[in-house]
Amino acid sequence: MNIPVKVETKNLSVSFGEVKAIKNISLMIPANKVTAIIGPSGCGKSTFIKSLNRMNELVKKAKTTGEVLLDGNNIYGEDYDVVNLRREVGMIFQKPNPFPKSIYDNVAFGPRIHGTHKKELLEKIVEENLKKAVLWDEVSDRLNASAMDLSGGQQQRLCISRALAVEPKVILMDEPCSALDPLATAKIESLIRVLSADYTVIIVTHNMQQAFRVADFVAFLYLGELIEYGKTKSMFENPKNELTEKYITGEFG
Amino acid sequence: MNKKILKQRIYFQIFRVVTASVIIFILLMIGIFITNGASAINWTFLTDKPREGMTQGGIFPAIMGTLYLTLLTIAFAFPIGVASAIYLVEYAGESRLVQVINSAITNLAGVPSIIHGLFGFGLFVTYLQFGTSILSGALTLFLLVLPIVISAAREALLTVPKSFREGSLALGATKWQTVRENVLPYGLPGILTGAILALARAAGETAPILLTATFFFSAGAPAVPTSLLDGTMALSTHIYYMATQHPNPALVRSLTYGTALVLLLLVLSLNLVAIVIRTRHRRRRNW
Repeated sequence: MNIPVKVETKNLSVSFGEVKAIKNISLMIPANKVTAIIGPSGCGKSTFIKSLNRMNELVKKAKTTGEVLLDGNNIYGEDYDVVNLRREVGMIFQKPNPFPKSIYDNVAFGPRIHGTHKKELLEKIVEENLKKAVLWDEVSDRLNASAMDLSGGQQQRLCISRALAVEPKVILMDEPCSALDPLATAKIESLIRVLSADYTVIIVTHNMQQAFRVADFVAFLYLGELIEYGKTKSMFENPKNELTEKYITGEFG
Repeated sequence: MNKKILKQRIYFQIFRVVTASVIIFILLMIGIFITNGASAINWTFLTDKPREGMTQGGIFPAIMGTLYLTLLTIAFAFPIGVASAIYLVEYAGESRLVQVINSAITNLAGVPSIIHGLFGFGLFVTYLQFGTSILSGALTLFLLVLPIVISAAREALLTVPKSFREGSLALGATKWQTVRENVLPYGLPGILTGAILALARAAGETAPILLTATFFFSAGAPAVPTSLLDGTMALSTHIYYMATQHPNPALVRSLTYGTALVLLLLVLSLNLVAIVIRTRHRRRRNW
């Protein structure tokens, strides 16, 4: 691969108490591409991407070993600033989780806590990022309405705007469409394609077609281990591993 | 009819009557105090000092005393209780220390109030030399209601969905920014409800302030306390004194019931405020 690497994991393992969720995963994730993490439920997909912005630390008894390099720096290094990490590595959750504030305040929240308070500047940021997430046209006339009044798909795009507003380099998506209908899903998927021009996107999905549609690269995890990793097309057309093939063809999962 | 179903009906009817008796008791209580005390209540009663050896006049100093004591109590208990709850829910995790703190809170809540009173007497009145004063009384009541405030605030914080915290942290907010912006505002109605219930509890407590803050009556004392180190009258202790310490309790019976009615209405209306806050919040909540 001649593409620059954005995120690299080296022998990454995460355990919760006695349970090992992921084991020795070493993976190089290319910059400005969409990488999908696929695998059956409980294979460690979510744990894997949550280790990339250290969200696993919020879970009790979580223990991480190995390294995660973001632009070459180990984010588990001793004096790595976790708050800054989460600015650079944004996250979209499985269930849309807008704050019960106005649409405007949702997007402005990130910039505000990072020190932007000028009204004109915030307005510009909010507009820009709502446009990036293709939500602006639907909400521009009601920015002060509650985010909770939006539809599920709109809420998820709002969460994407909110994440973009703090100018991340990497965007993690943890099954972002699993709570959405097909139409809303299609919108998010085409958005993901557009975003990959400017951001490194890592998406967890258990929907094979979705991985095929949006991803440039696919990593297949099974029981916490990385089974196969490669370009989407070659993974789907001629998987090297028997397990991968079985999973992709729907024999289990 | 099927025997099993008949049996079930009979039992549930019994349970229903038993449950409904709760309403009867509260109505009975209010009724008795109204019939015996309402005649005593008038403008003078609410705004005048006791006169003629407590057989005439009003309870204004006692109302003010209760107000001072409870407001000062909550002024101590609210910030400290909320801060403790935030620490326990958001920061502390599950260490050994936290377990000890939790059982300390539970135990503090279970201490009989007369013990609080004696403790407050020993510590605040005597050792720290605050004397029989509003300050001593409020500090004693503070210890009494602190567990209530902490528990209510903790429950309120726990009902705020985890996803708010995750969403906030994932944007690079610090833990404190997350708590301040995306947790506390949504827990606040619950916290306030708990604080008001604590206020009502403090207003009604008798034993702790009997030992630390109040006197029967002092003709020379001002109607409104001028210093936190002044002793004071209070509604709850006034009832106790009038019913048991007055040379002629029968003569002042209606004044005693009148005082009780005022206290009862004060406490019930505080509870009502708490209920209103809670239902409004439930109705408006959109998460």
